[in-house]
Amino acid sequence: MDIQLTPNDVAFRDEVRAFLKEKLSDRFKRAVVGGYIDKDTIVQWQKILYEKGWIAPSWPTQYGGTGWSITQKFIFENECAEAGAPTLVPFGLKMVGPVIYTFGNEEQKARFLPDILQSNVWWCQGYSEPGAGSDLAALQTRAERDGDDYIVNGQKIWTTYAQHSDWIFCLVRTDGNAKKQEGISFLLIDMNTPGIEVRKIDSIDNQHSLNEVFFDNVKVPVANRIGEENKGWTYAKYLLTHERTAIAGVPQSKRAIERLKQIAAQEISAGKPLIEDEMFCAKLARIEVDLMALEYTELRAIASVADGGAPGPESSILKIRGTEIQQAVAELSVEACGYYAHALGQGVGNDYAAPISTKYLYGRAATIYGGSNEVQKNIIAKMVLGL
Amino acid sequence: MNFNYSEEQTLLKDSVSRFIQNDYDYETRKKHCAMDGGFDAATWQTFAELGWLCVPFSEEDGGIGGGAVETMIMMEEFGKGLVVEPYVSTVLIAGGLLAKVGNAEQKSEILAGIIDGSRKLALAAVEPQSRFDLFDVQTTATSSAEGYQLNGAKAMVLHGGSADTFIVSARAAGDSRDREGVSLFLVPADSDGIERQDFPTLDGHRAAELTLSNVKVPAAALLGMDGAAVPALESIADEAAVALAAEAVGMMEKLYRETVEYSQNRKQFGVPISAFQALQHRMVDMFTMHEECKSLLLRAVMSHKAGDADFSKNVSALKYAVAVKGQKVAHEAIQIFGGMGMTDEMSVGMYLKRINVINTLFGNGDYHLKRFISLSV
Repeated sequence: MDIQLTPNDVAFRDEVRAFLKEKLSDRFKRAVVGGYIDKDTIVQWQKILYEKGWIAPSWPTQYGGTGWSITQKFIFENECAEAGAPTLVPFGLKMVGPVIYTFGNEEQKARFLPDILQSNVWWCQGYSEPGAGSDLAALQTRAERDGDDYIVNGQKIWTTYAQHSDWIFCLVRTDGNAKKQEGISFLLIDMNTPGIEVRKIDSIDNQHSLNEVFFDNVKVPVANRIGEENKGWTYAKYLLTHERTAIAGVPQSKRAIERLKQIAAQEISAGKPLIEDEMFCAKLARIEVDLMALEYTELRAIASVADGGAPGPESSILKIRGTEIQQAVAELSVEACGYYAHALGQGVGNDYAAPISTKYLYGRAATIYGGSNEVQKNIIAKMVLGL
Repeated sequence: MNFNYSEEQTLLKDSVSRFIQNDYDYETRKKHCAMDGGFDAATWQTFAELGWLCVPFSEEDGGIGGGAVETMIMMEEFGKGLVVEPYVSTVLIAGGLLAKVGNAEQKSEILAGIIDGSRKLALAAVEPQSRFDLFDVQTTATSSAEGYQLNGAKAMVLHGGSADTFIVSARAAGDSRDREGVSLFLVPADSDGIERQDFPTLDGHRAAELTLSNVKVPAAALLGMDGAAVPALESIADEAAVALAAEAVGMMEKLYRETVEYSQNRKQFGVPISAFQALQHRMVDMFTMHEECKSLLLRAVMSHKAGDADFSKNVSALKYAVAVKGQKVAHEAIQIFGGMGMTDEMSVGMYLKRINVINTLFGNGDYHLKRFISLSV
């Protein structure tokens, strides 16, 4: 047992740090406030990573990946998050990209992958529907064959950044008579096709990230289908189980705790800084202890994969605990801000309270998306405990 | 970065694990508790023969130079078996203190006896008013021409009833809550002026209350530097806390696994109760809490190995988490076992009682959360 990094990994970490120090200006660190993104700034950052060759560490090298070990990928993600780099928008790079290079044909790879790597094209995810949330396979958006096209009708919901997106990858029903998982296909759809309408959803955080997407007789070339007809569920499941190293959000939570400590040092409560309040300190310490546990749970998972094994059962708790801890930090941060956490006026009170509240409200989604935490528990019960 | 055991460590784990599985079921454990001294002397000799009593000592002291990893491995397995033999009190705490601050003569006289199983020692450091502050010492040590004279009361001396020698903390100078002025003494248990009251604790272990009235010890009985015992005591307390937490983590693993198994066999409403989502999620929570405590355990153990400045902070994080989550896992196990969880026939309740004792030893959850906060500043 040994927690030290190898000299090679230390050298790699230093290289990443030097790169971040040179390229990551404050402008980029401010690109994400709460749940709201500044698209242009994020695109610029992603292009810097592309030019460096570091935009898609997990991709196979022949498609533009870095060939890093899992430890190096972990170090890279950690260093980026610790330095405050914007989180990459995952829909192209982490979601549809891997599906295309794994299941797509050569023409699709040549057509879509370069634009994903260069952030020229933005993607969104068309999975959830009003009647298909945790029970995703209940989706009803239909695609009917018409010569070389499909005609798509139906509705997607909770579509993050649909308003910014050029393309959407969708699960659609191509066989209404088969078992529900067996009649689904995976389509790539140009958002500029006639018949697509995006409607904003007003969300509790007062920002615009969520949308509904309506499809009214939308014509999609059969050439835009990934893999075989009616096999879309297999591809979607692959995407859900695709190696995700940063799912726990440990460095992000560490940064959020540092920020919370700065705020608590400025806020006054009962005549002294809040950071000296015993009850506040106890709440904060409980979260820190949970995060220390999560950090080592993640290291254990990384180490077992680095050894050539599969992640151990401990990796299954990363999403649940990671999101619960993110929410706990956000809750305490709102509490720390006191009155001004609830002020909507521009320039009222301090400058940090409003983004804290936005982040807290947006963060309520973390335990819902990506397979709700209850669904995660069902999976652990079945796959790990054998129940 | 790797979390793998070495070949020797794997062998040690297998050897302890096999022993617990083959020779230490719950009925056996109950018999050991009822024996003289509250454990089985023959089993203790077996521990000696298997080489387990020498594990943490350096080769120079007659051991194999095992560290925190080896101790963790053994304690997790001991936890699963609810082992009552005085490994923590004699080997890890008393032996650990001797190895840390004893002089060559004291070590050569006593450590060999600990390693071959012939000697039992117990640390008498807690007092009725001290709770978790090992520096809070009212027992006095008055020096005289022949040595020292000790007066006072010691509480909850783990396995004190079977010890042949105590390591007694006593105040040579200062006020009762000063960090300076505390010394340690090696005191034969049969010394004149020692009164001991041996009693069982809820978890089936033993402890003793001691009264010391004009107990005379020679100058050579002084263990470590005169008046400077607190750092050594606190350091051994941290190491003992990690060992006990490892024992609790072993118990948490056993508890969630046995609960899962029980729920698959117990039928109600015509189905195994494991089919109910309300119970599935509770068992997932038990599994999760075990993995979290295991992670904190590894964190503490690896920082000890690396000589990390954060060791004490990691210990407090671990001990706090085990206090909260360990007890929660045991409570959940009893709930899911239902009425059977309330019976003495099943071991579930005993795991709860042992976890509760561990949570109190060397600082409870609140104590360690406070210490965590003070070490974070």
